[in-house]
Amino acid sequence: MYKIAVIGDYGSIYGFAALGLDTFPVKDAEEAKTKFHRLAGGDYAVIYITEALAAQLEHEIEKYREQVLPAIIQIPGVSGNTGAGIDGVKKSVEQAVGSDILFGDE
Amino acid sequence: MASTQVNPTRMELTKQKKKLNTAVRGHKLLKDKRDELMRQFLDLVRENMELRKKVEAGIRSANINFVIAKAGMSEQTLNTALMAPKQEVYLETGRKNIMSVDVPVFEYKTRTSDANDIYSYGFAFTSSDLDGAVKSLADVLPDMLRLAECEKACQLMSAEIEKTRRRVNALEHVIIPEAQSNIKYITMKLDENERSTQIRLMKVKDMMLEEAHDYKGKQKKRAEETA
Repeated sequence: MYKIAVIGDYGSIYGFAALGLDTFPVKDAEEAKTKFHRLAGGDYAVIYITEALAAQLEHEIEKYREQVLPAIIQIPGVSGNTGAGIDGVKKSVEQAVGSDILFGDE
Repeated sequence: MASTQVNPTRMELTKQKKKLNTAVRGHKLLKDKRDELMRQFLDLVRENMELRKKVEAGIRSANINFVIAKAGMSEQTLNTALMAPKQEVYLETGRKNIMSVDVPVFEYKTRTSDANDIYSYGFAFTSSDLDGAVKSLADVLPDMLRLAECEKACQLMSAEIEKTRRRVNALEHVIIPEAQSNIKYITMKLDENERSTQIRLMKVKDMMLEEAHDYKGKQKKRAEETA
């Protein structure tokens, strides 16, 4: 039985607690790094991470990209959408096709 | 083209022919795999993009609602309200095999079946905006899970496609031409050897006949007689 984690700054993620997801508010990148590794190694199948934090943990996230679990999904934070999530999808297309033929003009 | 030296022998020729056969068959199979993976990937990635846009829009509006809710009540009250959630979400994970790529399938279960259990607070001290905010976030959750499934599948498949594409290209542009040129080299060498053996035999035969019948001596004598 797996659980779902949400990690990011408190202001962006506190609402998810009400839904029954486990929220892990972090303040700085160092703290986020250790917490992130603990979550990814634990029994969380899905980890939602705010785009702002994901930008700081790019290297760590990349490690889990080709593993079946956990799925690390970027979500926009309260301060706005940086477009990093969309870029991730585009990156997949680029990796598979060689160039972004689907969403290149968006 | 033949970068590595091969022995021009019949055994090597059979070996190279077998290698070429396998490579051609493998190339065809891998090409089919790549095409099918690509077809499925493109469908999946379109869905992924749609879901992502939907989820991002949903979260954005939920965030706006939360900010409004937060403005209407004190920080402490809000923290207390969300401190002890009633509801819990569990995930059952399965695996689905898409063209030899294992992708996760999530099925989520909530601890209680009551949809109203997302409100983990009494309604007396919280603003009604908070109810709306929590509800709007709860509405996005199924899409978020679907997004997680879809996006992970896309990531895994794109890695697999990249690998397959490299293999196809290696076979097509390196292994197969190399085997072909090796085969050509060996056949030509063998033919050449055969021709040279033939010529040698003819020469030897000539020499042996000469020795037996002495044609040259006889020819000389005949020339002298006519002269």
